[in-house]
Order: sequence, then structure tokens, then C-alpha cells
Amino acid sequence: MDWLNSIVQGVLVGGLYALFAAGLSLIFGVMRLVNIAHGDLIVLAAYLALATTQTLGVGPLGSLLVIVPLMALIGYTLQRFVLNRTLGEDLLPPLLVTFGLSVILQNGLLQVFTADSRKLQAGLIETASIPIAEGLSLGVLPLLQFIVAVAVIAGLQALFYNTPMGRAFRATSDDPSTAQLVGLDNRHVFGLAMALSLAVTAVAGVFLGVRANFDPSIGPARLIFGFEAVIIGGLGNLWGTLAGGIILGVAQAVGAKLDPGWQLLAGHLAFLFILAIRPQGLFPRVQD
Amino acid sequence: MSAQAAHIETATRASRIGVVAIALALAALAAAPFLTDGANLSLLAQIYAYLALATLWNLLAGFSGLVSVGQHAWVGLGGYGLFALTIFGGLHPFAAIPVAGAVAALAAVPVAGLLFRLRGSYFAIGSWVVAEVMRLAASQISALGGGSGTSLPVRVVASIAASRQEREFAVYWSALALVVAILALTIWLLRSRWGLSLRAIHNNELAAVSNGVEVARVRLFVYVLTAAGTAMIGALIFLQKLRISPDAAFSVNDWTAFVIFITVIGGVGRIEGPVVGVVVFFVLRQTLADLGTIYLMMLGLVAILVMLKAPQGVWGLVADKWGVEIVPLQRRVIYAKSAPGEPASARKEEPKP
Amino acid sequence: MSETLLSVKNLEAFYGDFQALFGVSLEIGAGEVVAIVGANGAGKSTLFKTIAGQIPSRRDAVTFAGEPIGGLRAHDIVRRGVALVPEGRRLFRSLSVQENLQIGGQAGRKGAWTLERVYGLFPALRERRAQPAAELSGGQQQMVAIGRALMSNPKLLLCDEISLGLAPIIVRDIYARLPMIVAEGTSLAIVEQDIVQALAASTKVYCLQEGRVALAGASQSVTREKIAAAYFGV
Repeated sequence: MDWLNSIVQGVLVGGLYALFAAGLSLIFGVMRLVNIAHGDLIVLAAYLALATTQTLGVGPLGSLLVIVPLMALIGYTLQRFVLNRTLGEDLLPPLLVTFGLSVILQNGLLQVFTADSRKLQAGLIETASIPIAEGLSLGVLPLLQFIVAVAVIAGLQALFYNTPMGRAFRATSDDPSTAQLVGLDNRHVFGLAMALSLAVTAVAGVFLGVRANFDPSIGPARLIFGFEAVIIGGLGNLWGTLAGGIILGVAQAVGAKLDPGWQLLAGHLAFLFILAIRPQGLFPRVQD
Repeated sequence: MSAQAAHIETATRASRIGVVAIALALAALAAAPFLTDGANLSLLAQIYAYLALATLWNLLAGFSGLVSVGQHAWVGLGGYGLFALTIFGGLHPFAAIPVAGAVAALAAVPVAGLLFRLRGSYFAIGSWVVAEVMRLAASQISALGGGSGTSLPVRVVASIAASRQEREFAVYWSALALVVAILALTIWLLRSRWGLSLRAIHNNELAAVSNGVEVARVRLFVYVLTAAGTAMIGALIFLQKLRISPDAAFSVNDWTAFVIFITVIGGVGRIEGPVVGVVVFFVLRQTLADLGTIYLMMLGLVAILVMLKAPQGVWGLVADKWGVEIVPLQRRVIYAKSAPGEPASARKEEPKP
Repeated sequence: MSETLLSVKNLEAFYGDFQALFGVSLEIGAGEVVAIVGANGAGKSTLFKTIAGQIPSRRDAVTFAGEPIGGLRAHDIVRRGVALVPEGRRLFRSLSVQENLQIGGQAGRKGAWTLERVYGLFPALRERRAQPAAELSGGQQQMVAIGRALMSNPKLLLCDEISLGLAPIIVRDIYARLPMIVAEGTSLAIVEQDIVQALAASTKVYCLQEGRVALAGASQSVTREKIAAAYFGV
């Protein structure tokens, strides 16, 4: 039962990793951009949520009403004024610019919020749990986080395949120059994709902050978890990122059960193992 | 003009003056221990280490299109290799440095096997994962202090040289020798047939494949070579520090971010880039490091601005404006019409990109 | 002579250092069908790409409906009412037939062309609307490409090599629909390899040769000999 409990907790954490991954997967799908600052943007969202809860007196979930649009706006602006200039044949500019952004964000957060660990306080919900069986119970918060992750991915999936915006994303991803010929402004479409990516990041950041302590240095590890979930799940497949997140979460939980020092290592090893046996991921969709 | 009337040169007048200047500068740097104090020596050794790391990253990312953001994996592996080989293996520290390089080269082969499955940008993050795995693995080695790390035992330190000053001299000279070797090897490599293949890969991978250049093998060779070089520098860095911990050894800021910023600011894909970049970096560091986080933010901002506004870097701006090349990599055809010794009138074989 | 819709004056176009067009001038009137003919490399596709905004040009080199549009970005030009059916069709491969058409309508121009009207024009597409565009035959793909451009309700439709790689019977079928497009008030410009087809379908013809206009005239009055001369510069 102990083991089952660990695995169930791992699955639920996997939802959070899927949220990290979904934003990353989305912008890669639309514009082949890999955002190295993605993890730091998640942490930024957590800090913005902290500031919102403190100034407006709302709970972490209530702060989403502010943080989601705010992060989307940051994403659109960032894409239009900085990242669009880096897109092209050469890999270096987007990687190095987002890498520079990552360093700026980490140190900016350090400057403003210090290196102290923070946490978002969600109140009673944090300790509430639903007993399932002897020795196995589901925390309300992890469960909620998992449900939100599934809902966000379902929402993204619907947006991608059933709305004009999703069509524009797919068309621009297929052939950016022909997309312009049908009246789509690439720069705007890419801006929207980044806005959406950071809106998802905002949700991820809030749940990250409620779940555990955070400080300005933890962004890169979130980038890596998201990245691993994307690769495990298969490029370009949103439901795949959920599967990838769950596999990563379970691997970490099982590793932690064996030895607390093995938690992160087990997750990375699971990723490397899947990369070795199935480099295209479990459920690939996009080539290249 | 017939083909027989031409010969191929890779030298320019600037490069010949450069060779003399470099020889003089090297002599002065080699004599530095007798001219300056320990603090300056230590600073110079750090500069050499960064110059070597940036040159190797440049070879990898700038010339071979393998944009790694996980070079701290190899610095850390080299550092831990030095500690393990001297403490458990009983090796002399200076013998341990090349052995640590060889260990890294061996480890780099399977790592490349995995990472090369990731295309382009995802290769970058994959390389970071490898560094994370190594950091976590290092913190599991309880004999080397686990997560909090360890110091180099006194007997190992004493085996470098008897007095503190002699140790400083020895470490300084080995840093100088290593950076010169790495620079020379890189220049030689880029001017060899391998270098031509590398640039073919970087310019157009598909064309290179159809030209019969074995992309995968050249890339693997460069990846393994830079891993070995980076690990040797890592070993030297921690021989100088005399203390190691997983967080210091596998620091993404110290061994990857700074190295990338140095190369980008100086000029990616140019041999001279890291040299210029390392000067800019240390001047900024010596004057602004007191600002702490603000300094790091400024560094990130400068790197972004360079990438957006002048992707050829500081050296690229200078070189393109004045047509200077200290270390020419391009072969140029010298036609018999222009007398030998007047390379100023040389024609470039390939047009400027 | 009808009112001028598009006027190109002294247009020059470059691919890097290579100049592809040297002072091309032409006019397309409302309701006209203009054929652009010429040998391979004469600059026909370049001319269309430049008008559509895929290749930069001087602002005053292209005037559409009285406004200079040269050098505007492609998406802006579509929204002003010039649509290009690109050479090679360039359908979005991860979109279904219907989605390819719908995305053409996202430019936001109102007009006669709707999904229903396009299916009316090309009935073969209706039953395949849920299929990925890439699975269709060449002729049907060409219909999707034309339908996609029509969905933006253009005042001027530029068709680049719509018969390329298609069987003669399919080409005849597609050309038979063009008058219905003109009847909705859209002017047409077509780049066509087959001179007989081009002359039959058009009211006016321009022949390009090495980036310059070598011949211009009403399609009925131009003889095949004159065209052949302009084609090859003999």
C-alpha cells in the first residue's frame, strides 16, 4: 500500500509536470522555439502570485485571475519585441537570447525577492485529503492540481483543433510563408502562441508555489522537468506531455521511495532510458 | 589566369604580425610569476581557464552547430575526476589532469549517443540534463563528501610542490600551457580538413551530407574532444581551488552561462571571439562584480543585445569593419600576378557571407 | 477600357544580389482576366510574389485600388484584397480540406465567397472536406488552393501555374470555373505555360522575357508568332 501511495502521488505530481511541459511544447510546435527561460518564467509567475496574494488579499487560486492575463501579456510583449527577432534558420539566437533572459530573470527575482524560500498559502485545502483505502488517501490539493492540468491540456487540445486561432497556429507551423499569403501575420500569431504558453505557465507557477517552497534559483530544474515530459511524451502531442509528466512523476516518486537522494536522479534516468530506447518519444506527432 | 599560376595561402599580413606579437605576449605571460604577485597570478589563471572553456564552447556551438548549455557537466566531471584520481588512485595531480580528460572523453561517447538523438534546440536542454545527472550522482558519492563536498587532502596538495609559492607557479604554468595547447589544437583543427567539414556542417547540413562528409562522425569527434578539453580545464580549476562540491563543480552559471556570454560578446564562430570576450568579461567583472545580481543581469542583457544587434560580436564588428584576421581560417587563392609577399592584394576564394 | 485595379510601374525585384525584374510595368483593370506568359526564369512567379508581398519592392511600384502597396507585408496585402494561389499549391498539410478553406476566410474580408459557395464551385471538395488536404489528388489540391484564396474575397486573384503537373482534362475542368470567379467581381491574373490556354482564358496578355515586358496586348489581337518572338527574343 505504501508503494501504491507513492505511485499515486507521483501520478498527481505528473499533472504539474505536464503543465510545465504544455507551454514548452506549444511554442515549439508553433514556431520551433525552445525557450530556455521557461522554468524561470514559471517561477516568475509564482512570485507574481505571491505579490498578488499579499497586496490584494486573495488566495492563490484567486490570484490566477490576475496572473494568467498578466503572464499572457508578458508573453505577447516578449515575443513581439524580442523573440520574433531571433527566429530564423540559425539555432543560436533564440537559444542564447532565452538563456540570457533566464539569467536576467533569476537575478532580477533574487534582487527583488531575495534568496529566501517562499510559499503560497492556500489555507485548509492544503491539508485536506480524501481517504481511499487503508494507508491510501488523495490530497485534495494534488488532486485539484491534476484535474486542472487535465482540463488545461483538454482546453489547449480543443483550442488547437477546433478554433480559428488553433487553425492559425497549425497553418503557421506547417508553412509560415504561405500562412502570410492567407492573411496571417506571423509576428502576431507567434505573439499569441507565446501569450498562451505563458498563460499556462501562470497556472503552473501558482500550483508550484502552493505545493512547495520556491526560490529564484529553481527555474532551470522546472524547465528540465517540462522538457523531459515533452520528450518522453513525444514532440507535438499535448496528451503525450501529460503521459510524459506522469511517467516522470512516478519515476521520481519511486526513486524517492528507494532513497530520498534518488528522487530527481530517478526521473532523469527514466528520461534517458526512454531517449535511448524510443528517441521519438512514446506518442510522437511532429517530425523534426 | 590558369590554376597553375596560383597558390593557396592562409596567412595574411595581420596574421604574420600577429604571430610575432603572440610569441612576445606568451613569453611575457610565461614570465609573469616572477613579475607579479599571487593574487594576480590566480586571476590570470582564471582568465586562461575561461578562455579555454570559451574556445571549446565556440568550437562546439559556433563552428559545429552543437549548441550545448551543459558544458558544466564536463567541468564538474573533470574536477571530481581530479579529486577521485588523486585521493583514491594515488595519482600525482598533474598526471590526474590528462587522465580526467581521458575519462571525460570515454564518458562523452555514450552521452553523445543519447544527446545526438535530440535535434537542434532540444540537444541544448538535453546537455543540461546530463549535467544535472552528473551533479546528482556526485552528491551521492559519500567518500567525496556527498552534497557538501570535500577538500583536497594535505598530502595531495603537498605532492604538487613543497612551498605554497612553487605550487602557485606550477598551477599557473600548467593553466597557461593548457590554454595554449587548447587554442593551438582548435586553430589547427579548424584549418585542417576536419575544419572544412565542420564549416560545411554548420553552413548547410544537407549539402554536407550529400558531399559525403560524415556529419555524425565529425560531430562525435568534436563533442568528445571538447568534453575532454573542458574536463581537463575543470580539473585544473579545482586544483587551484583545492575544494570541490557538487554545486560548485556543476554550476551552470560559472561554467556555462559565463562561458557562453564571453563567446557571444566576443564573437561566436570566430577564433578571436573568445579572446576578446574574455577581456571584456574580466574588465566588467573586476569593475562591476560588487554589484552582484545587477552585474549578472547586465551581463545577460549585454549578451542579448549583442545577439540581436550585432550577432557577429565585438570582434566580428572590428574584423568586418577593418578586414582584420589574426587567425585566418579561410584559404585564399593567391594569383601569380600579385607578387608573393603582398597578400594585401589577395583575393578571397570564397565570397563573404 | 475598365477602371484600373492594379498598376505596376517600373517594378524591380531582387533575390539577394540577383536582379529578377527590370522595370516591369503593367495594368490590370476591374473584371479583366490577364495572362502572364514567358519562358522559365522570365520572372513571372517573381512578379506575382512581389505583388503579393513575398518579395520586397518600392512602395510606389505597385498601386492597388488607388493605394500604393509595394513592399507591404504579405498578410496586409491579402487583407486589402489581393490573393495569390502560389505555385505548387502549398496547402497546409496538417489541416483538413475544410480547414484549409476556412483559414483563407480568416483574413476577415466580407464578400460573396463562403464555404458553401466554394463547395458549389468545386463540388468534389465537399465530400472530402474532412480529409487531410495532403491526401487529395493534384487537381483537387489545386481546387483547394484556389478556394482558399477565394475565401479571402479578393478583388484580384493571382493564379501561379495552376495547371502545373495536372492532366489536360483536369486543367480544362479548372479553367472552365474561372469565368464564375470573374462573374463575382474578382479580376484574375494567371501565369500559364500553355499559351493556347492562356490566350483563350484571358482578355489581355503580357509576355515577360528575362525580367522585362517583351509584349503586351489584347489576347484576341496577339498572334502566336508574335508571342513566340517575344518568348524567345528572336
